[in-house]
Amino acid sequence: MVKQWFKSGSPWIWMTGGAVSISLISVIGLLAMIAWKGLSFFWPSEVVELKLEGSVPKQTVIGEIYDREMVPKSRLEAAGYDLSAYQDEYIERILVKTGNREYVDLDFRWILTTDIQSQTKPEAMAVFERSKNGNFYGYVERVIEDGKEVTNAPKERLVELVERAVDLNEEALDLQNGDIGHINYELERLRLKEKKYALDNALTDEVLADLESKRAELRAEYKVLEARLFELRKKAKRDQVVVRDMRGELVTLPIYQVLDLWFPNDMGFFAKLGHFFVQSGKFISDDPREANTEGGVFPAIFGTVFMVMLMAVIVTPFGVVAAIYLHEYAAKNAVTKMIRIAVINLAGVPSIVYGVFGLGFFVYMLGGSIDQLFYPEAAPSPVFGTPGVIWSALTLAILTLPVVIVSTEEGLSRIPSSVRHGSLALGATKAETLWRIIVPMASPAIMTGLILAVARAAGEVAPLMLVGVVKMAPTLPIDGNFPFVHLDRKFMHLGFHIYDVGFQSPNVEAARPLVYATAFLLVSVIIALNITAIGIRNHLREKFRSLEH
Amino acid sequence: MITVAPEVNNTNQVKLDLANLSEEQTALEIKDLDLYYGDKQALSKINMKIPKGQVTAFIGPSGCGKSTLLRCINRMNDLVDICRIEGEINLHGQNIYDKSVDVAALRRNVGMVFQRPNPFPKSIYENVVYGLRLQGIKDKRKLDEVVERSLRGAALWDEVKDRLHDSAFGLSGGQQQRLVIARSIAIEPEVLLLDEPTSALDPISTLVIEELINDLKEKYTVVIVTHNMQQAARVSDQTAFMYMGELIEYADTNTLFTTPSKKKTEDYITGRYG
Repeated sequence: MVKQWFKSGSPWIWMTGGAVSISLISVIGLLAMIAWKGLSFFWPSEVVELKLEGSVPKQTVIGEIYDREMVPKSRLEAAGYDLSAYQDEYIERILVKTGNREYVDLDFRWILTTDIQSQTKPEAMAVFERSKNGNFYGYVERVIEDGKEVTNAPKERLVELVERAVDLNEEALDLQNGDIGHINYELERLRLKEKKYALDNALTDEVLADLESKRAELRAEYKVLEARLFELRKKAKRDQVVVRDMRGELVTLPIYQVLDLWFPNDMGFFAKLGHFFVQSGKFISDDPREANTEGGVFPAIFGTVFMVMLMAVIVTPFGVVAAIYLHEYAAKNAVTKMIRIAVINLAGVPSIVYGVFGLGFFVYMLGGSIDQLFYPEAAPSPVFGTPGVIWSALTLAILTLPVVIVSTEEGLSRIPSSVRHGSLALGATKAETLWRIIVPMASPAIMTGLILAVARAAGEVAPLMLVGVVKMAPTLPIDGNFPFVHLDRKFMHLGFHIYDVGFQSPNVEAARPLVYATAFLLVSVIIALNITAIGIRNHLREKFRSLEH
Repeated sequence: MITVAPEVNNTNQVKLDLANLSEEQTALEIKDLDLYYGDKQALSKINMKIPKGQVTAFIGPSGCGKSTLLRCINRMNDLVDICRIEGEINLHGQNIYDKSVDVAALRRNVGMVFQRPNPFPKSIYENVVYGLRLQGIKDKRKLDEVVERSLRGAALWDEVKDRLHDSAFGLSGGQQQRLVIARSIAIEPEVLLLDEPTSALDPISTLVIEELINDLKEKYTVVIVTHNMQQAARVSDQTAFMYMGELIEYADTNTLFTTPSKKKTEDYITGRYG
């Protein structure tokens, strides 16, 4: 019976099907887990008020419940807790995010459930998201607008005042990063220009006067903008809110530090959903704050996508041209075979090795030489002789080169020779045949190589730490200052951001959901890049459907 | 010099004295051609003159070298690394194997259609104008004109005139083969080489192509390789019988099929081998 079952071949079907199922479950499980853990961070969870007494002094704790776990009683007793009144072998404890970082020692606290006397969810509880020191939990007592207390519907007015301050802050930030940043950039360029004239011995009085007049113009502009900036800041600082915190004390919060305000215990499902989308949107579009543990990850998304695209732009022509040479022109002998094997083996080199190579060759040798030749005025500070986005893209381009070469070669060898002969018989040279017929027909295979290259490059972090990624980049590689694309700049990267937030952060508990959220985002970015590339490939496949009849 | 024989064959052509063609009657002259694949000799001492404006067929059993000989005429054998050629093929008194010859220019002059239809993955229109684009012709009016003329010349115009910009892969096998012929005649070669052009096609498409070959010889010298003797008899004016890399007999088609002078030819056309 069993023998017959084996003979029928169904064990094979089960085995192969099982392998596919396991792979599928792992992928879906992974995505579901990071999506759940990452996205639930943006859902406005309810804030509880806990009255404690027992192993701790009598007190009130306000916060969000973050985590629950069962701890063996013996372990707690060994740690000095008196739990003789309880019979259970395990005692539950909860992790509470209490916020109010400047007034309590730790903004995360483990609390034994045995200590909890009562747990309530007061509707008046407010959560303030602040630009400094994280969240603040408490009850709104008084709203002070321009020095006077608001008596008529203070909560509604408070929401309006927060919005006003946010708008003013945003305007001030735009001014600072936009126009004022532009003036600073221009001033720096003038300084370098002057140094360059001096190096060339061309610094005449005329030139000097010209530079000085330009400088004076910029400074005058700066004065005006600076006055406007101070005006905006002063306006933003006008209002305050007085909040009663969990110690029962009144704390005055300046409203210009409040980024958002919500009453989680008083929100319906749709209000929460709206809040969820707003918070998710802010995560995607905002700059990070507080050593990356708060705020958004926009610069990291931008840096990742920009670097990967730059890499694709570099690796595609190189890989395709190399593959064409190997497949079409190189003599079919042992040397070509060796080169092909070497190329394939290159894909197996650990990525950190590429990082070391990139640092030594690209950054120091190539970048250093570029600085010496073209930017002598910037010395001693390097321009290209320091890690930057161009070197990261180049390093990853080398890393992914084998993938592109191998799949392009495969694509070239799949093209029927009858098509080549047809073109040659019409008087085309080999090169004309290649560029007009063969390469377009191989383009789906080239895209496949590019998809694999992008997938590999977007997830690579280790080499980037050596050649251009930083924890916090003040400016994006693309902005409104001439020449608009700054390939020498350092950049932020989602992969490195995960590492930095997860392992280098001073506040581990606060950072944990951000790690998941960022990981989910990184996977989404890679999937989006891949889907785009796959879409292009399918379009090309349709167009060059080969002669399969 | 010109010997005009009194009798005419089935296509009303004047019978030529193939051994003594005058220069203006000759399209191609093959002289003492030897071809080797590595150490193996595939063609030995081929000597023949192919007359202008006529259809010449190469017949013979598989592996006799007829396709190899055809590919020598536009130097497609250059693509085979181990292939070595001795002897001459003269086109306008110029040896095409001379070092000074531009192979691309030669192939523009000597077009070729292969066994299986091989349209490019482009539109019908772009397939036809491919050769012209290679020559850098961009004038839209000129291209349109050539497309219509070539497709009419290949008896395909009426079938595709409404879908010139559709993919060539949407055509049937027979239409694709005619498209390939249109593509070849678009650049107006002098000689058109057909390498078993109907072997991958159904009988009706074959008939259409055979009729087309008859029309083509008004403008071009056609050389066709076929393993189908009936086809050779139907379409050609001259037939060359090859066996084991040698040219056994070369005569006008009527003579070769009715009164062959060599035993091997007779054996082949009566179906004793091959």
